Amino acid sequence: MENILQLKNINKIYGTTVKTQVLTDVNLSFEKGSFSSVIGQSGSGKSTLLNIIGTLDKPTSGDVIINGINTTKMTKNQLAILRNQTMGFVFQFHYLLPEFTALENVLMPYRIGGAPITKEVKDRAIELMHIVGLEKVINNNATKMSGGQQQRTAVARALLNDPAIILADEPTGNLDSTTTENVYNLLREINEKFGTTFIVITHDRHIAEKADRIIEIADGKINLDIRK
Amino acid sequence: MRLSASIALRFLKSNKTQTVVIILGIGVGVAVQIFIGSLILGLQTSLIDKTIGNSSQITVTAEQDNELIKNNPALIQKIEGADNRIQPASPVLDQPAFLEAETSQSVVVRGFEMERAEGIYQFSEYITNGSLPKERGEFLIGSILQEKNGLSVGDTITLVTTDRRTVTGTISGFFDLKVAAVNSSWCVTTLETAQRIFETGDKISSIEMQVTREDVFDADLIADAVATKINNDNLAVLNWKTQNEQLLSGLQGQSISSLMIQVFVMLSVLLGIASVLAITVMQKSRQIGILKAMGIKNRTASLIFLTEGFVLGIFGAATGVAFGLGLSYVFTKFALNADGTPVVPLSFDPNFIALSACVAVLACVLASLIPARKSSKLDPIDIIRNN
Repeated sequence: MENILQLKNINKIYGTTVKTQVLTDVNLSFEKGSFSSVIGQSGSGKSTLLNIIGTLDKPTSGDVIINGINTTKMTKNQLAILRNQTMGFVFQFHYLLPEFTALENVLMPYRIGGAPITKEVKDRAIELMHIVGLEKVINNNATKMSGGQQQRTAVARALLNDPAIILADEPTGNLDSTTTENVYNLLREINEKFGTTFIVITHDRHIAEKADRIIEIADGKINLDIRK
Repeated sequence: MRLSASIALRFLKSNKTQTVVIILGIGVGVAVQIFIGSLILGLQTSLIDKTIGNSSQITVTAEQDNELIKNNPALIQKIEGADNRIQPASPVLDQPAFLEAETSQSVVVRGFEMERAEGIYQFSEYITNGSLPKERGEFLIGSILQEKNGLSVGDTITLVTTDRRTVTGTISGFFDLKVAAVNSSWCVTTLETAQRIFETGDKISSIEMQVTREDVFDADLIADAVATKINNDNLAVLNWKTQNEQLLSGLQGQSISSLMIQVFVMLSVLLGIASVLAITVMQKSRQIGILKAMGIKNRTASLIFLTEGFVLGIFGAATGVAFGLGLSYVFTKFALNADGTPVVPLSFDPNFIALSACVAVLACVLASLIPARKSSKLDPIDIIRNN
């Protein structure tokens, strides 16, 4: 299968006076439609890696190639469009916009894309909310939902623009074990149904083992890379 | 609706108290501006009215002091035709004399064509007792002269001219023009009577006129037009502006200080809004961060706050205009003199009110430039990394 994402010699150094090397010569590639999990101790650099993959952070050196396009020299606006069209984010702290309803939050990536909301788009958003099991809270305000519901709203939102890649950083970090299980099963289902590439950071080995591939980061280097 | 506008409105709605307080803040600023502006405008209008409302604003007289000119209807017509803002002109003969009563007092005998003079002095409105002089030898006398000499309507007065001739006249009435110098010296009579007393024949000392009310400040330009039209080196054309330089500089000083107050009120409103909006960016940084992660452009992110500034400005200005007009209404209705006239004469200029409102909106948009810039500069990674 072709690679949707490639990291070449990624180094990331924080600080100017006191320098901390967070990532050292990371080379990775991800296949289209794969489901990978990234594990590692806290402070190992896995979140930094994910942020660099998501073009939110810039590597100190090295190239991030998404869909065959090198992102190193892209402007902030070009990166914004790229993120909007090809990537979905699910964060540990779900980051919904509290001023908007669940449905409006799900529709947000589409609106950011600039096109007017059509009935088809709205229907798709509602369908996605059905898929993640939120049909009862569609018009709830984002703050008036449980943690699990908020996280599932974030998943639906990440899916709306039909992105090629979904990046999730501890998406179940603050959820109970049953909900965690549900959210992971959901991500897996979506992966199989839509062929979306998933890269998921987790500290839960039990969850990590469900992925096609487990990458372990230690001290900013790839310690382990197991494919099933 | 555009994304930035709809996010801006949601942000404003989600924190209603803060939004209302900002709007009230802008409103108070605009209200003070409108009130002070209308107050100063009102004071100036009333001051100008009192100072030059009942006096000659443009005067055509002989170039040489104390020379007389011929009363020529063609000349008056020519003057009136020089500019269409000139009101009917009034020929007048002014001569000094002494009023002989218990003591001898120096007075000015002013001979008018009464109908024309009405246009300038409105004597009939200021008559305290009696009527205008109509018959030969009748005089309308200032109220201070009346009190000093204990005169009443119908009394005979004796005047001594500068060449020591004694003439008598009858009092037809008294006036009070609210100016002590005038009330204690003017003896108003018909032009005919004055010409007869002083044996001047067909001569007058000057031609007086006013201009339309809204054009009083163009009196100098209109006077120039008159001078050009009559084109006579023996005649001088005077206007109130050159004769009242102190008043003019006073008015100018007042206008400048009023403008300064307004500028500083607006500046403090602007700084207040800028700081509150800057805090709003901090409050909403999580939202801005996640929106940026989802691909919102920096331009759109800054437009959110510019829109907030604009919306706050519109509502603030509307509130301010309502407050300002309400406050002014209350002042003119309830702060009254004993005679029922308002203590503070206000004058409303719709253009000025519209300008204040526009300046407020503009100031709010300007104030939101700082938070807009902050929002544009915000890096999503800082939000994601620090939760």
